[in-house]
Amino acid sequence: MAITHEEVRRVAALARLRLAPEEIERLAADLSHILDAFTRLQTLDTTGIAPTAHAEDVVLPLRPDEVVNPPADEALLAGAPDRRERRFRVPRIIE
Amino acid sequence: MIALHELTLREAAARVRRREISATELTRAALARITAVEPGLGAFLTVCEPEALAAAAATDRALAAGADPGPLAGVPIALKDNICTAGVRTTAGSRILERFVPAYDATVAARLRAAGAIFVGKCNCDEFAMGSSTENSALGVTRNPWDPERVPGGSSGGSAAAVAARECYAALGTDTGGSIRLPAGFCGVVGLKPTYGRVSRWGVIAYASSLDQVGPITRNVADAALVLAAIAGHDPRDATSAPRPLPPLDDLAAGVGGLRLGLPREYFVEGMQPAVDAAVRAAVRVLEGLGAAVEPVSLPHTEYAVATYYLIATAEASSNLARYDGVRYGLRAPAASLGEMYEATRAAGFGAEVKRRIMLGTYALSKGYYDAWYVKAQQVRTLIRHDFDAVFARCDALVTPVAPTTAFRRGERTADPLTMYLSDIFTISVNLAGLPALVLPCGVDGGGLPIGLQVIGRPFDEATVLRAAAAYEHATDWHAPRPPI
Repeated sequence: MAITHEEVRRVAALARLRLAPEEIERLAADLSHILDAFTRLQTLDTTGIAPTAHAEDVVLPLRPDEVVNPPADEALLAGAPDRRERRFRVPRIIE
Repeated sequence: MIALHELTLREAAARVRRREISATELTRAALARITAVEPGLGAFLTVCEPEALAAAAATDRALAAGADPGPLAGVPIALKDNICTAGVRTTAGSRILERFVPAYDATVAARLRAAGAIFVGKCNCDEFAMGSSTENSALGVTRNPWDPERVPGGSSGGSAAAVAARECYAALGTDTGGSIRLPAGFCGVVGLKPTYGRVSRWGVIAYASSLDQVGPITRNVADAALVLAAIAGHDPRDATSAPRPLPPLDDLAAGVGGLRLGLPREYFVEGMQPAVDAAVRAAVRVLEGLGAAVEPVSLPHTEYAVATYYLIATAEASSNLARYDGVRYGLRAPAASLGEMYEATRAAGFGAEVKRRIMLGTYALSKGYYDAWYVKAQQVRTLIRHDFDAVFARCDALVTPVAPTTAFRRGERTADPLTMYLSDIFTISVNLAGLPALVLPCGVDGGGLPIGLQVIGRPFDEATVLRAAAAYEHATDWHAPRPPI
């Protein structure tokens, strides 16, 4: 399983990760090595086996649509990297 | 007279309730112990001295007024630093959350407070709980209390080291692939991963949501049961927490007479450290001598568990960690546009292992690879569950080593991520199947390092796991040795 530098860049873009050239080098090698070991999964015949997303056999329950979180605007906004009044402030989105 | 920090949790709580010692005395003793041993240990990222003393004073006032302050009243407890605490920074061992102060308590933290526990601090862990040695923490080094050149295990390494070193009477950890059990084994203490759904995950910083579970790390089995009882139960704020009550855990001394214990042959493998193999087999003989029926069993898909886990866990992580974007909390790297801000923030805030797992998970979920890797792993997860279903039709619990080796040297497994992943070989199947499992000390190797015995139970049958562990603990002295620190 050789993961190319191009593949690493494609996945990094999807994951919104900026990688330095040496990180791309290292990740290509690491992911190739890891996926090589994981190819053993491909030797198993799983035809007709249902995938498990969750170990519990429960149907997700419904709850009444009520507001339960206390208003904590100020406590939550206090951790904002940048804010204006009661809003989170971010760099310009639209040019 | 026994030093206060050597008391069991149960005994410490009883003395506070009888008002033989005050919560303040107990808390001061724990803080003094932390001050004494932390320079050589590094179990804590944050010590909450003023908060702890204020909470202890409040407990003492309540006791003086005749109020019932709860079953854990006045007992110093620590939390892994991926569990949110109102007003106390919660980092998950990451630069991206280094200055994050939650506005609320996780449900488990609120429940411990309601039970009277005093939080003395927040414990170091691998970044976002991703690791097996605590070496992936961006914020500090934690050493093994038995040997400072060795790792404490991970990812809840700080929690296990703090309990082993008598800095607190119990600590909470989280376990996604062994992160409570491996450090408990490496540090010679008791660690319990409850059944998936037994304990609320609300307010616990997510790594892999279908696998994560919170549980206690303590110095004996009865204390683990006491902490489990305080944190377990349905939480309307976590839709995956199970609406079934924890049965009473007061018959821990019922013994193992009549219990059928399975010994999965895939957990006794070539290349295992001989002392581990010998200690676990000796423990099985002890359980047999106490009246348990032991039989060999097989979990044939065990060899696929590491690959299955590291595909599913990283896929879930890649999604969970998408929230760290620099907008609402945590680190923000300066940038001219929003897109650049996301990328720069995540580049600066995440460490190498977190980036590796986000990349692996994103790859496994991406177009063209989703069926071959992610869905395939989910199908094998089904086969692994079926293995356990078949075995539990005949057995009440399974007994295995927690890991093939005792605590390894710092730096020994950091060069190759796959070597580190293989440290979890005996713990991850339990998470994939959502089962409860407990680890307790069952020996030491030639270098005096603890060896851990793992007891795995049926879903929601923590009671049998605790009962078997308590019987073993009662019959042996392996919980008694204390680390030299």
